[in-house]
Amino acid sequence: MIPAQFDYLRPGSLQEASEALASDEEAKVLAGGQSLLPLLRLRLAYPSLLVDVSRLEELTGILDERDHVFIGAMATHDEVLRSPAVIAGCPLVALAAATVADPAVRHRGTFGGSLAHADPAGDLPAVALALECVMVTSTRQIPAADFFLDYLEPALEPGEILVGVKVPKLGPGWGFHYEKFHRTAQAWAIVGVAAAVRRANGSIQEARIGLTNMGPTPVRARAVESALQGVELGEAVRQACAEAAEGTSPTSDLHAQADYRRHLAQVLTHRAVNAAAGRP
Amino acid sequence: MTEELDAGVVAQQIAESGQLSEPDSTREVGKARRRKEDARLLAGRTTWTDNIQLPGLLHVAFKRSPMAHARIVGVDVSAARDMPGVVAVFSGQDVADEQGSLPCAWPVTEDIVIPDHPPMAVREVRYPGEAVACVVATDRYLAADALDAIDVDYEPLPPVLDMAEALTEASPKVHESGNRAFTWTFAQGDIDAAFRDAPVLIDRTYVQQRLIPTAMEPRAVAATTDGESFTLWSSTQIPHVLRVMLALTTGIPEHRLRVVAPDVGGGFGSKLQVTAEEVLCLLLTRRLGKPVKWTESRSEGNLTVHHGRDQVQHIALAAEADGRVRGVKVELLADMGAYLMLVTPGVPLLGAFMFNGIYKMDAYSFDCTGVFTTKMPTDAYRGAGRPEATYAIERVMDELAAELNLDPIEVRRRNWIRHEEFPYTTIAGLTYDSGNYEAATEKALSLFGYDKLRAEQSDRRDRGDPVQLGIGVSTYTEMCGLAPSRVLGSLSYGAGGWEHGSVRMLPTGKVEVVTGTSPHGQGHETAWSQIVADSLGVPFDDIAVVHGDTAISHKGMDTYGSRSLVVGGMAVLRACEKVKEKARRLAAHTLECSPDDLEFSQGAFKVKGTESSKTIQELALAAFAAHDLPEGVEPRLDADATFDPENFSFPHGTHLCAIEVDTETGMARIRKYVAVDDVGHVINPLIVEGQVHGGLAQGIAQALYEEAVHDAEGNLLTTTMADYLIPTAADLPDFVTDRTESPATSNPLGVKGVGEAGTIASTPAVVNAVVDALRPHGVHDIQMPCTPERIWRAIR
Repeated sequence: MIPAQFDYLRPGSLQEASEALASDEEAKVLAGGQSLLPLLRLRLAYPSLLVDVSRLEELTGILDERDHVFIGAMATHDEVLRSPAVIAGCPLVALAAATVADPAVRHRGTFGGSLAHADPAGDLPAVALALECVMVTSTRQIPAADFFLDYLEPALEPGEILVGVKVPKLGPGWGFHYEKFHRTAQAWAIVGVAAAVRRANGSIQEARIGLTNMGPTPVRARAVESALQGVELGEAVRQACAEAAEGTSPTSDLHAQADYRRHLAQVLTHRAVNAAAGRP
Repeated sequence: MTEELDAGVVAQQIAESGQLSEPDSTREVGKARRRKEDARLLAGRTTWTDNIQLPGLLHVAFKRSPMAHARIVGVDVSAARDMPGVVAVFSGQDVADEQGSLPCAWPVTEDIVIPDHPPMAVREVRYPGEAVACVVATDRYLAADALDAIDVDYEPLPPVLDMAEALTEASPKVHESGNRAFTWTFAQGDIDAAFRDAPVLIDRTYVQQRLIPTAMEPRAVAATTDGESFTLWSSTQIPHVLRVMLALTTGIPEHRLRVVAPDVGGGFGSKLQVTAEEVLCLLLTRRLGKPVKWTESRSEGNLTVHHGRDQVQHIALAAEADGRVRGVKVELLADMGAYLMLVTPGVPLLGAFMFNGIYKMDAYSFDCTGVFTTKMPTDAYRGAGRPEATYAIERVMDELAAELNLDPIEVRRRNWIRHEEFPYTTIAGLTYDSGNYEAATEKALSLFGYDKLRAEQSDRRDRGDPVQLGIGVSTYTEMCGLAPSRVLGSLSYGAGGWEHGSVRMLPTGKVEVVTGTSPHGQGHETAWSQIVADSLGVPFDDIAVVHGDTAISHKGMDTYGSRSLVVGGMAVLRACEKVKEKARRLAAHTLECSPDDLEFSQGAFKVKGTESSKTIQELALAAFAAHDLPEGVEPRLDADATFDPENFSFPHGTHLCAIEVDTETGMARIRKYVAVDDVGHVINPLIVEGQVHGGLAQGIAQALYEEAVHDAEGNLLTTTMADYLIPTAADLPDFVTDRTESPATSNPLGVKGVGEAGTIASTPAVVNAVVDALRPHGVHDIQMPCTPERIWRAIR
């Protein structure tokens, strides 16, 4: 890797990190480097200063709280997908984290970094959105629905650092699935669907669906969610999922045309919902 | 210490296979030896070119064109020259009188257009990534920083991207001489008669997409001079050829130039080249009097490693109503890219003799036009011409089967050369010396469970399963062991195809082998040791194989075209035989008998009917001491030999692929893959297995994953591995591999070469399977790579 020159700071406290970031418009947070290092390598980013947050105590750890799991921003994907608290309290996060890139990247890339990068092709933003996570920053708490403003644009102010994420525990009756469609194991999702479904008496009571790579931000498939309410498993689910692409604005790029992405969103949402509902 | 593979998976496969030669515990050849070079290669405890450190080493970086086609109005390097750490900055103009032109060694026709190919563009850039200037700095980072300070003023010119359009009058020109590089034709038999009133005509156009060879080790070059002599280290497959070509290109006298290929991490043909960077690094060290080094980034490599494939193949086949092929007609457009590099125009010609495959027919015609475009030049890539040809014929044989409603295996059976017909001279004029297509196919069908999978396919079709099953076959052959020198000469290639080997017994009884081949992952050190161990009767671990340095290995034609074992291994064997002959004379002298009275066994000469003997190690010491040598025997037990084969070798095999196609998403997943290959005698089954696995991965990659994509302006979009998809182990099925063994008759080892077989065979097997799954949807082709989106669109 031959990046352009930058200064490097590894602050000992969250406050020091925030001050460093606030004082320099061109400064960037360095967490696991999963997304930032490729940008540096390709000289697509020329930050003046990298603020390495890897040693900040506040950003580490995964805590099992009463109604949520707190995942520190610096928890790696590998830590997340193996965490008993995550597996028990919010298994969808573990399922999605297990699909991120490859084992080497999962040992370096972080949960917080993936969210703060706000790449709609990333697997975790759609999950955070579907589960209605709360982003805990150095200054405030932001609901996931208000966090992903635009392509690679999180709702973070200069100097504001993502500390961790509160992932609500959805309780009994919920099933989960992350359906990722990609051409090779290491490739980005062409489309991904994060589904959480509450079942009772053979029908779907409630569903939450987040879509990966169906627009400049992760999106909720609200139309499907409401169409699924009270629907019995079977053909009706397929019909409800036909609305998965509604309100999305997928791009056409090297990996897929927009109409194909819309089609995939329907098929994959159907599969994700069925899988989350425990139906093969 | 080298271990044998104790799990014995491979050995067991050999034992279970009735047709293979019995493993003999006293012989090294045939043992699944683990590769003796692997410990240092895998641990990186070796000299890759980028690891080379020299006193005062400077680092080179290249400013590259962001446009496919443009006139260079001006290059301002003044700001870059003032950057910290920068030692020198040169534009193409600055070196125009010194840089020469990159060579093309294969002028395939008399009237071929070989445009001037400056290592750095001077007046015009003709492909994205073409170098326009270079920076030499005290470290790599400063060199890269200074690139940003170089200001190049371009006047855009229209790109030339489509070959058919490029050949029209109205097309913009890549070179003033036009966009046609050459047209090469070849015909045998009466093609018009074959097509006249033919009961069955199949006419198809296939696109061989452009591929980017992706060796694990990026290219790297280092160069130094003492003011008189030069040394160039390069991650190359061809140190010997490179030395000759660089001497001709740079004007550095050949005897003042040493070329070293240190350990090299893969090439697949992409390092069978004389690159701009090699020429320029020599030029820079000559100008500056300091050592320089350049290592490409992966993205730089995607742009400027020569690309592979890129042909539009028009293939027509005429057949009888019973499926017997009358003739095949091929019209090819081959994308040369912007320039002709080392063997660029020859690559499609290597395919010219292969479009008939393993089939008998009465007539064949081949017509190939090489076309210039504003893209990176193409050149050899694993299989070089043969995968393209095999793809077209194996695809079209499936089309013939579908047309006649015959099983694809049956159509092949009706046309292939029967085993009792070997040696067989094909319609393309090659003499296939040995083979047994029936045996390989029977074995493959049985391992595959063909009938059962056909039944499942039919069942899935009947019940309209959203996941359809397709079965693809490829009964391929290829020509390798490149090559008989006289044949290369008749095809206007600039050099021969012989190989050299040197075997030296050292005074202590150990053996040093020098090979002219240049391994870059193939395991020559192990395989050559096995050959030498058996021939001389010395322990495997007592043998060292050295290679890749023109100061050590003074003769060689290097490694490409599955030639190393077939030609280079044979040269080593011949050298062993000479050593033994010399040892025999010395032994007879020492033991006071006639050479004819000696028998050689397990490393010792024994006087027949007595206990009197001398080991070859004892004789090596005696030959070193030279106290008592017979008349005419010179000191030391050593010998040189070359081998020039009389014919190509022709590996063949039958590959079967079962693929599941999800008709809702278009995703195709390989469910089962069986490869039965016949590569002749096998020196090391583990190495063969590895070559087949790697080859399959690369061929499957062309079928399903890889494609170099340019936008309408000619920019390459697939410059990173996020965009140029390479499958890894996680994406590939378990391969079921087996072999039959029809020894080659063109070399005494009976070997055929295995480096390219997997790649050549697998691409059509996979695409045939995809198309087979979709035939009920009226689909008879999917353009490679068969992406889910392409499949989905085809069946909508």
